[in-house]
Amino acid sequence: MFGKLSLSAVPYHDPIVMLAVGGAIVTGLLILVLITYFRKWTILWQDWLTSVDHKKIGIMYIIIAMVMMLRGLSEAFMMRAQQAIAAGGSHGFLPPDHFNQLFSAHGTAMIIFVAMPFMVGLMNIVIPPQIGARDVAFPFLNSLSLWLTAAGFMLMMVSLGVGEFSQAGWSGYAPLTELQYSPGVGVDYWIWALQIAGVGSLITSINFLVTILNMRAPGMTLMRMPVFVWTSLSSSVLILLSFPVLTAVLAMLTLDRYLGMHFFTNTLGGNSMMYVNLFWMWGHPEVYIVILPAFGIYSEITATFCRKRLFSYTSMVYATASIMILSFSVWVHHFFTMGAGPNVNIFFGITTMIIAVPTGVKIFNWLFTMYRGRVRFTSPMLWTLGFITAFTVGGMTGVLLATPVADFVLHNSLFLVAHFHNVLIPGALFGYIAGYIYWFPKAFGFPLNEMWGKRAFWFWMIGFYFAFLPLYALGFMGMPRRLAYYDNPAWQPFLIVATIGIILILTGVACQVVQLIVSIRQRHSTRDLTGDPWDGRTLEWATSSPPPVYNFAEIPVVHDLDAFTDMKENNRANKKTDQYHDIHMPKNTASGLINGVFAFLFGFAMVWHIWWLAIMSTLGLLVAVIFHSADDDTEYTIPAAEVERIEKSSLRQSASAA
Amino acid sequence: MKRSNKIVFIGLFVICAAFFISGCSQMVLFDPKGPVGSTERFVIIASFALMMIVVIPVFIMAIWFPWKYRSSNTKATYEPKWCHSTRIELIIWLVPAVIVTILGIMTWWTTHQLDPHNPLIADAKPFRIEAVSLDWKWLFIYPDQNIATVNQIVFPANAPLNFKVTSATVMTSFFIPQLGSQIYAMAGMQTQLHLLASEPGVYAGQNQQFSGNGYADMNFKAIAVSQEEFESWINKVRSSQEKLDMERYKKLEEPSIDDPATHFSTVTFNLFEHILKKYHKNMEMNHNSMIKKNEPKQMNLSILEKS
Repeated sequence: MFGKLSLSAVPYHDPIVMLAVGGAIVTGLLILVLITYFRKWTILWQDWLTSVDHKKIGIMYIIIAMVMMLRGLSEAFMMRAQQAIAAGGSHGFLPPDHFNQLFSAHGTAMIIFVAMPFMVGLMNIVIPPQIGARDVAFPFLNSLSLWLTAAGFMLMMVSLGVGEFSQAGWSGYAPLTELQYSPGVGVDYWIWALQIAGVGSLITSINFLVTILNMRAPGMTLMRMPVFVWTSLSSSVLILLSFPVLTAVLAMLTLDRYLGMHFFTNTLGGNSMMYVNLFWMWGHPEVYIVILPAFGIYSEITATFCRKRLFSYTSMVYATASIMILSFSVWVHHFFTMGAGPNVNIFFGITTMIIAVPTGVKIFNWLFTMYRGRVRFTSPMLWTLGFITAFTVGGMTGVLLATPVADFVLHNSLFLVAHFHNVLIPGALFGYIAGYIYWFPKAFGFPLNEMWGKRAFWFWMIGFYFAFLPLYALGFMGMPRRLAYYDNPAWQPFLIVATIGIILILTGVACQVVQLIVSIRQRHSTRDLTGDPWDGRTLEWATSSPPPVYNFAEIPVVHDLDAFTDMKENNRANKKTDQYHDIHMPKNTASGLINGVFAFLFGFAMVWHIWWLAIMSTLGLLVAVIFHSADDDTEYTIPAAEVERIEKSSLRQSASAA
Repeated sequence: MKRSNKIVFIGLFVICAAFFISGCSQMVLFDPKGPVGSTERFVIIASFALMMIVVIPVFIMAIWFPWKYRSSNTKATYEPKWCHSTRIELIIWLVPAVIVTILGIMTWWTTHQLDPHNPLIADAKPFRIEAVSLDWKWLFIYPDQNIATVNQIVFPANAPLNFKVTSATVMTSFFIPQLGSQIYAMAGMQTQLHLLASEPGVYAGQNQQFSGNGYADMNFKAIAVSQEEFESWINKVRSSQEKLDMERYKKLEEPSIDDPATHFSTVTFNLFEHILKKYHKNMEMNHNSMIKKNEPKQMNLSILEKS
C-alpha cells in the first residue's frame, strides 16, 4: 500500500533532525493559525496562490528562495561547527551519514532552490515593466513554473523528516548514486526534487525568451534593452539549452535505479565517466545561468547610484553574449584529473581562461561607470562594491584552477570549495540581495530600512572573508573537501576561523530579518509615493509603486537606452492622457497550483515506490492539463473608467509627494 | 565608511594576514618533495603573479573611484552622459587577452610536460606500483616484488614511480599532495600516474574524491626511503604471515573503515588485471559479439585523446 514507506522512515533517533522537523512543523502550523485568525484565506487564495500576475509570482519565488536559504545556511553552520570540532581523535557531533546529507542538501538547496528561484523571482518582478510590457508572454505557464519549483522545494523539505536526503553530494556522481552503493531513498529524493524543479526552470526560460523577444515597448530595439534584460535573455537561452541535459542524465540515472538499466553502473557496460560529462554539461552553464542576471542587476544599480550612463553598454552586451556561448565549452575543467590526454585538458583549460576576459571587461565597465559619476553609498551600491572586490579574488582563483596542472593538486580540495563560493556568493547572491533592496520599494510601495541594510552588509562582507579565505589556505595545506573528520591538527585553527565567519554571516542574516520587520513597521511613514525612489533610469520606475496589475495604462515609447531618464529630461514622464482604454488581462487560475500538487505527489510516490499513487497523480496531472487547455475563458477586461480612476489616484499621489 | 569601521577593518586584515603567514609552514603544496609538485608550485605562483597585473588595478580603482566620485564631493568632475572611450575599451579587452594568451602558452607546455601518462626521466630504474581503491581503503600491489600492502606504500626515494590506478568500487581520486598530481580511480578502467619523491620522508596520501561513509578515513602513508631501507622493508613484508589470495581479497573487498596498514607476503598472480577485468566479464557474457575474448580489454584513457 505505501511502498517502501513505513513509520520507521522518520529519523526519531536523531535529535538534531527531529528538532529541525519540529521547528518547521510548529512554524507551519503557526502560519496556518495566523492566516485563519486574521481571516486571510480568501485573500491568500485569490490574490496569491491562484495569481498569474508576474509581480506576485515573483514575490512567491523569492519567499521560496529565502526559506530555503535559511535551511542552507543552517546546514552550512552545522558543517562548519562539525569540522571545527572533529580534529584528531574526535569525530564531532555528526555521524558521517548525517554530515554527508548536510553537504549534499546544502549544495542542492543553494543552487536549485535559492539561486534559481531568487533569480527567477527578480526576473518576474522586473523584466515586464522594464521592457514596458503588461505581463509575461505566458502568464499561466509562469504560475505553473512557480508551482513546479514549489513541488521540488516541498520534496526536499519532506526529505528532512520522512526518510533521508542523498548522501552522495549535490553533483550525485555515479556509480556512488547507483542502487548498489546508495540503496536508500535519499538519492531518489534528490533526483525527483531536481527533476521536477528543472522542468519548472525550463518552462520559465521559454516564457522569458518569448517575453523579451516579442513584448518590448515600441522603440526598444535589442540594443536599447537594459543590461538586466540582456543578461536574463542570455540566462534563459542557457537554461533552454542546458536543462534538457540535466533532465536526460537524471532520467538515465532513474532508469538505472528503478528499472535495473546500466547507463552509469560499473557492470554490464555502464560508464560513469559519461555521467560526469553530462552532469557538468548542464552544471557549468548553470553557474552562468545564476551569475549572468546578477551581473545585470549590478549594471542597473551602478548606473542608477552613480547617476550616470553605464560605461560602454555595447561592450557589456558583447561580453554577456560571449560568456553565454563560451559557457558551453568548458565543462571538462570539472574533471581534469580523470585521466584524459593533455590536449583535451588544454582545450578546456584555455576556453575557461578565455571566459575571464569578457568577465574582466564587465568589472572594468562598472568601475568606469563610477568614474566621473556621483556615487551614492546606498546599501545596493555597497553590495555592488563588495561584489567587485570579492569577485575579482574568486575570478583569479578560477583562472588558477583552469590551468590543468594547478588543478591536479587543487582539485576537490577546500581551495576549490573556497573558489566556487567566492564566485557564487558575490557573483550571484550579493547581486540578488542588492536587487532585492533596490526593487523592494517597487514591489511593495515602501523601501527597506537602510541602517539595518548597511549593518547586514558589513556583517555579511566581513563574515564572507572570514569564512572563505581560510579555506584557500586549507586547500594549499592539502585538505580535501567533504571530510566528516580529520587527523591533521594543523587544519583545525583555520576551520575555527571559518566557523567564526559563518557566525558573522548569520549575524548579517539576522540583521536582514530585523531590517524586514523594521521596514514593515515603518511602512506608513516611508511610503514611496512617486514610484521612483532612487531616481531610476529604466522603465520600471515610470510606474507607481507597487505598479497596478496592468503595469502601464498606456504602453510607453522608448527613445533611448536609459528610457526613463530620457523621459524625465524631456518632460515626458508622468504625462497625463485624456483618453484611457480598456485593458485585457489574464484571469487567475488554480491550474498551476493543482499541477504543482500532483507533481509533488508524483515525486513523493516515486521516491517511496508507491506505484498506485504515482499512476493516480500522473492521471491527475494529465486531466488538469486537459481541463486547463479546454478553458477558453482566460481573460478579463479592466474597463477604461477603472483604469482612469487608478491612474488619476496615482498621479495625485505623486503630485502630493512633489 | 566611518572611521571606526575603517580601524576595525584594518585590524581584522592584519590578524588574517598574520594568521595566514603562520600557516605557511603547513602548506604542503608550497613544500613539494618531487619534480611534479615543484612544477605545479611554479605554475600556481607564476599564474598568480601574472593575474596581479589585472587584479591590483581593479582593487585600486574599486576603492579610488567610488571614494573620489562620492556624491558629497561636488568638486569632482561629473559627466552624466560620458560612456565611451575607445582607448579604455582597447586596454580593458586587450590587457586581459594578452595575459590569458601567456597563461595559455604556459598551460600548453606544462600540461604536456606533466601529462600523468608520461614516465618521468631519472637515473634510477622505474618502480611499479598498482593501486586499487576499495571501500574504504587503498590496496597497493608491487608486481615486481610480488607483495601487497593496505593503506601504506614504501618505495625508494629518487626512483620514478609508475602507478597504475583502478577502483573496485566507486570513483575515487589517488593523491599524495607533496609529490604532486592526483588521478581518478575508476572501476573497470586503468589510469596512470607518474611521480617521484626527491627525498626520503613520510608523506600523507589520501582519497580526494568523496566516496561514501568511510571517506574521511581513506588515507594512507607514502614513505620514501633509501635503497637499503627499502630492501630491508621488502624482507620484512616477505616474512609477513598474511598472503593475498583470492579468498583474502574477497574479504578485503568488503566495506570497512579505518583499516590499519597491512602487509601481504605474496599476491595472487595478475590480481590487478583480474580486478580490472571483473567489470568486463559480465559484459563479455552478455555482449560476446562486441568484445573479443582473448584480447585483454583495458580502457586506457589516452584512447580518448588519440581519437
